[in-house]
Amino acid sequence: MTYEEKLNNVSVLGAAGKMGSGILLLTAIEMTDIRLKSAKAPGSMILNAIDVSSAALSELHLYLRNQIRKIAEKKIVLLRGLYSGNKDLIENTEIIEYYIEDVISHIMLSTRTESSYQSTIIFEAIIEDSEIKIDLFRKILKNNNNDPWFFTNTSSVPISELDRGAELNGKIIGFHFYNPPAVQKLVELIATDKTDIMLVEFARQLAGNLSKKIVPANDFPGFIGNGHFIRDLLFGISMAERLSEKFKLPASIYAVNRISHDFLIRPMGIFQLMDYVGIDVCMKILQVMRSRLKDDQLHSNLIDKLISAGIKGGQNPDGSQKPGIFIYEKGRPTSVFDCDLLKYLPLESFRNDIDKKIGNPPPSWKPWKEVVNNRQNHVFLKHYFSELKGSDTPGSKLAVEYHLNSKRIGLELVESGVADNIGNVNTVLLTGFYHVYGPVNDYLD
Amino acid sequence: MKKKIFLTAGYNTISQGTGRKEFNPKKLRPGIDHYLKEAGQATIKKVGGAANVDEGVIGNFIASSFVKQAHLGAFLSEIDAGLRYKPSQRVEGACASGGLAVLSGIKSVLTGTSDVVLAIGVEVQNSVKAVYGADYLGYAGWFGDRKAGHAYFFPGLFSNRAGAYFEKFGREKTRKAFAVWYKNAIENARLCPTAQEYHNTCEDLVSLALTEPDPKIFTEFLNAYDCSKVSDGASSIAICSEEGLQKAGIDRSDAIEIMSWSLVTDNITKSPDDPTKLSTIEIAASKALQSAGLKIKDIATIELHDCFTIAGILSIEALGLAKHGEGAEFVLEGSTSRLGSIPVNTTGGLIGWGHPTGATGVHQTVAIWEQLTGKAGASQVNIPASKPYGMTINMGGDDKTVVAIVFKR
Repeated sequence: MTYEEKLNNVSVLGAAGKMGSGILLLTAIEMTDIRLKSAKAPGSMILNAIDVSSAALSELHLYLRNQIRKIAEKKIVLLRGLYSGNKDLIENTEIIEYYIEDVISHIMLSTRTESSYQSTIIFEAIIEDSEIKIDLFRKILKNNNNDPWFFTNTSSVPISELDRGAELNGKIIGFHFYNPPAVQKLVELIATDKTDIMLVEFARQLAGNLSKKIVPANDFPGFIGNGHFIRDLLFGISMAERLSEKFKLPASIYAVNRISHDFLIRPMGIFQLMDYVGIDVCMKILQVMRSRLKDDQLHSNLIDKLISAGIKGGQNPDGSQKPGIFIYEKGRPTSVFDCDLLKYLPLESFRNDIDKKIGNPPPSWKPWKEVVNNRQNHVFLKHYFSELKGSDTPGSKLAVEYHLNSKRIGLELVESGVADNIGNVNTVLLTGFYHVYGPVNDYLD
Repeated sequence: MKKKIFLTAGYNTISQGTGRKEFNPKKLRPGIDHYLKEAGQATIKKVGGAANVDEGVIGNFIASSFVKQAHLGAFLSEIDAGLRYKPSQRVEGACASGGLAVLSGIKSVLTGTSDVVLAIGVEVQNSVKAVYGADYLGYAGWFGDRKAGHAYFFPGLFSNRAGAYFEKFGREKTRKAFAVWYKNAIENARLCPTAQEYHNTCEDLVSLALTEPDPKIFTEFLNAYDCSKVSDGASSIAICSEEGLQKAGIDRSDAIEIMSWSLVTDNITKSPDDPTKLSTIEIAASKALQSAGLKIKDIATIELHDCFTIAGILSIEALGLAKHGEGAEFVLEGSTSRLGSIPVNTTGGLIGWGHPTGATGVHQTVAIWEQLTGKAGASQVNIPASKPYGMTINMGGDDKTVVAIVFKR
């Protein structure tokens, strides 16, 4: 079966979710472009959007239309070529509108797993729960006679565990998109010793066609991305807990968030990132990693407390941030949750005091936004970190400590065999997390 | 000319769009009525109020698509209630609409119908993304060619001209001339507070302009820096008889005189005979100079229609400033810079000042009025006493409608 034939019938499980909807979008675009290039009849390619929530599915079309429009606007030159044979489509606006309908026409909404029984490719982006995933794969495998390949978007569950559990016999690969899949360029690709070589080749071609950058990760819980993020988060939490001996915990959380955001020139602070990922998702990942790695350190009382208080973070369908450890206005934290009082406290009540106590970043500091657009940022970063190292302010000292720990996590990912090399760790942080430098660098040497 | 015609009381709004610090595409912006009022009211004030204005004419290309508004002539008394029931019309000739508005005013004064005509050019284009704006701007060409044309139809047409020119006269030298054209445009715009590129701070403009074109997302031979801006803006000027000037209380030294004009059109459904030439501009310029009894070397400064860098180079040749195939050298030598032998587009032209399409012809006229009357501020160039003349070349479509006007201090 050729690459194109494999894509004749695809299913996305969890298609209405945050990751699933993005995967659905990209797959629909790829299938449509293949069909237009090969002049196949409409209806010859099917994409099943399967989700347990019919309410969420019903909201998909609006999301998809908006996203397809944005993509079509950017590739209008290509689209004019693809539709050159259709003499009714003359203006850009006609072509874009037609393309939106063309892409949408492939997508069949469904709440039933049965819809995937004809598929040759199955994307899975459901809840981060190994047993649920395995049950679903088993059920599909039993009823699908097309020898399907499974692509799992899991960010933590070992692929070999899913393979073994569902008896997929190497017909599964880890294909981990970053959030949001339509925008983020990184895909972590996790093949096991058993993974079908044809499947690996197909996955590489697919990632290339979706304009994604592949980083291979080895089959350890959390892979590279969460392998770093989760440990980085736990370090941030422990730093905040330590600071809480001096300041109260909510103020310490604010301080560590600011240090990991501003002082380390990252796109967001570590607690903001936790909210972005979703605190419930973070807890699931922690559970998976703790049990598989048999490492009791992979646990956080703070996260447990937040979840039991019903604080989950994550995003609204429009991409805005739901309340997590922070409440946000226009994307900026304005209040922080106090786990003892079980209520949010305005940052205003202590911000000036804490900012004064931790001090400012060194003089050459620039915000992340300015650095990320400058491709020649190595010279600047080297200088900035040397200033950071020489600075006496508590904020700078904590930032140095934080960065060195992040570097240590990166090195351990290579030592433990999760990543093949330092370059792969750095690429994941640069591409998947939009950092302006990889954690393993010589800036503080 | 059967009688003396003067221009005075010019005004330009800011050319609004990307490049301006205050521009935010996500925020609600002023509409076409705002621009008409700002420009029109400024000129009306300078001529002593609406009572002194006999007639209005509004040059606009395609507001009916960009902002869903046609029938712009009837905005006249929205600009000033004192103009209610006075004659007014909108004129259109694609990007030469502004030039046509000025001509329309000249003709009215010539026939004796009016002594003071308020001519305004206006366009609002940031209402839609460029990919949709390209459809609307495409109406300036032959729609029969649209299907086979580029997504960005006009950049595509001028990219074809650039490709043909590269093949005939060499790519590298010509691209370098494009880059110098861009640099001159931006440096001039930095001297003019209403220019869209007024805030531009790029240090190495030539390197930026030499960015390789990417045919996957844009055209084969032109990059974004080779193109004029997407702009919102309006310009206005008063066209007066001698009596009109007196009535408005305007000193002769604050006005410029029309020496001659020409309006030349070519068949919109036909491709250019020679894509390396702008033959309609050539004829229009030569006619206007001939009726003025002048040679191109008598002109002190020119506002020409650089909707694309290649159009700038080809215009230089069409005007006879350089021989065919030598326009690139002429630009590379610095002849068109503000200190060169013929300063061109002294406030940045369509690439630097901006290109609110239907307003451009009026803006060019205002720019010449400012230069010849010494009102150009930081962008003022030297106008030698021996050649007190300026000229505008306003082009509609791909060299299909051309308005050329020669002015005297």
